[in-house]
Amino acid sequence: MPYNEPSPLEVKVLTRRFGLADSASLDTYLATGGYEALKKALGMTPGEIIEEVKLSNLRGRGGAGFPAGTKWGFVPRDSARPKYVVANGDEGEPGTCKDRLLMEYDPHQLIEGMAIAGLAVGAHAGYIYVRGEFRYIIRILERAVEEARGRGYLGGNILGSGFGFEVYVQSGAGSYECGEESALLESLEGRRGVPRIRPPFPAVSGAFQSPTVLNNIETYSAVPAIIREGGAAFAALGTPRNGGTRLFCLSGHLNKPGVYELPMGFNLLRMIHEVGGGIPGGKRLKAVIPGGSSCPVLKAEECDIAMDFDSLAKAKSMLGSGGVVVMDEDTCMVQAARRIMEFYAHESCGWCVPCREGTNWLRRLLRRFHAGEGSRSDIDLIGDVARNILGRTFCPLGDAAAMPTIAFVEKFRDEFEAHLEGRPCPFEGRRREVPAP
Amino acid sequence: MTFSPELEARFEKLLKSYPEGRESSALVPMLLYAQDEIGAVTPELVEEVARRLRLTPAAVESVVSYYSMLRKHPVGKYHIQICTNISCQLTGGEELFEHACRKLGIGNREVTPDGLFSIEEVECLGACSWAPAIEVNYDYHHKVTPEALDRLIDSLRKLH
Repeated sequence: MPYNEPSPLEVKVLTRRFGLADSASLDTYLATGGYEALKKALGMTPGEIIEEVKLSNLRGRGGAGFPAGTKWGFVPRDSARPKYVVANGDEGEPGTCKDRLLMEYDPHQLIEGMAIAGLAVGAHAGYIYVRGEFRYIIRILERAVEEARGRGYLGGNILGSGFGFEVYVQSGAGSYECGEESALLESLEGRRGVPRIRPPFPAVSGAFQSPTVLNNIETYSAVPAIIREGGAAFAALGTPRNGGTRLFCLSGHLNKPGVYELPMGFNLLRMIHEVGGGIPGGKRLKAVIPGGSSCPVLKAEECDIAMDFDSLAKAKSMLGSGGVVVMDEDTCMVQAARRIMEFYAHESCGWCVPCREGTNWLRRLLRRFHAGEGSRSDIDLIGDVARNILGRTFCPLGDAAAMPTIAFVEKFRDEFEAHLEGRPCPFEGRRREVPAP
Repeated sequence: MTFSPELEARFEKLLKSYPEGRESSALVPMLLYAQDEIGAVTPELVEEVARRLRLTPAAVESVVSYYSMLRKHPVGKYHIQICTNISCQLTGGEELFEHACRKLGIGNREVTPDGLFSIEEVECLGACSWAPAIEVNYDYHHKVTPEALDRLIDSLRKLH
């Protein structure tokens, strides 16, 4: 049984097997339309598969929202080197807990999606890179791969078609940065997860210096439905240029937090009140981080918004990886900004100076500030340091640390001011009391 | 250095999953799986893995120092990892962490004198919708209250 009750408002495409008995088994998968899309794809040309994915308006579910079909189209048709398909299961963006469920409850859907990607770009091997903490998921995936190989859905000659595709499962060992595509490839090759300079992009030179398609777990998991039902049907579930459904991870101050599959463009306020059951204790909404900790916070009055990539971009935030973090009126925004910065300072790989030093300065500033030892000039200094990280790093981690910080200061300046002159945090007394043992 | 037959089988499988000549790709998972068996990444393990993958010990060390799950010193038999990142913070993760430290009388990254428990404040575990979340070794626990953590610790202690 999944971790939370489903909502009647869900549109279950990727999660339709969640809750079925043995949903991860090949038998359950086959009994519910599994590997039908792969059979269909084996009768299509690579160009037709890519066209169908383009038609679906599927955009990368890892955070950047890049159109998946376009990405696949960047892989050169002719290559002297073998090509690879890599799935990013390094789920670590604070607020995000969906790939874990897709791997746990429907590993064959992921494997099928990767095999279809292999067909589309001419790759014969794929890697699922899974964060090290997800050891039980690695076991589930390895079992699924073995099952699929045993019955001819993977291997040297899939279903007698002459097409061969193998899937391997690789464990990480604790690093947020390895969720960044080029750092992931470094880790996959046995090195520190330090990002690569691009270009060349992975489509040209990725895993083992070979052309590589690299997508998020959820992105591949959407592919079987797209091929089975057609790209247009998937696109029609969402909004223009934002096809399909998406797994939204509702967390924070909610009566019914959980992972829910909803159409792209679903209204954020409805998500909070009708899907997530509203805010406990009848408290008022203060703010929402709409797509994981890297995304600039929205004030309550900005939350009447369609949850798709373009609407969030217009509101100067991001849809990111689908992590919707809800904060009630008692939440201290200085404390939230501080905790998020602790994270980025911890996870910075240290390669780019603005990120390595900047996140550390910001961490010290925000700690000091929350302790009531900040000065008025620190408020602008926080924004200034953050803006000096922006756009000055090789990978997006620097921006991911800077953007939410700038938004916290701009939108909640009054709360920063309330911490000045040695005043204790005005929200301190409202923290949840924990009894001593 | 000798490993269990299961670990040797795991290494063999790993080494076959990369293109020829790319065996050093196995480094990160090899270190983690070996650490699970022997408790820490010891200097002997670094030497052994370096020899098997034809890397220098320095190259292996540099990888060990990068990944947060790889450690040079053993942790407790039950390593309690408590997330205090944003979603867990909002639902009591920091208080849960403080509670665990008080309960066991140790601080972050410390081990109880009997070697049974250790605590680590960790970053996002990917369980945000069921916060606060902890992982004890590789087992997830969701929506953990201080009382539930007490019960868990007490039940683990009774096993010994």
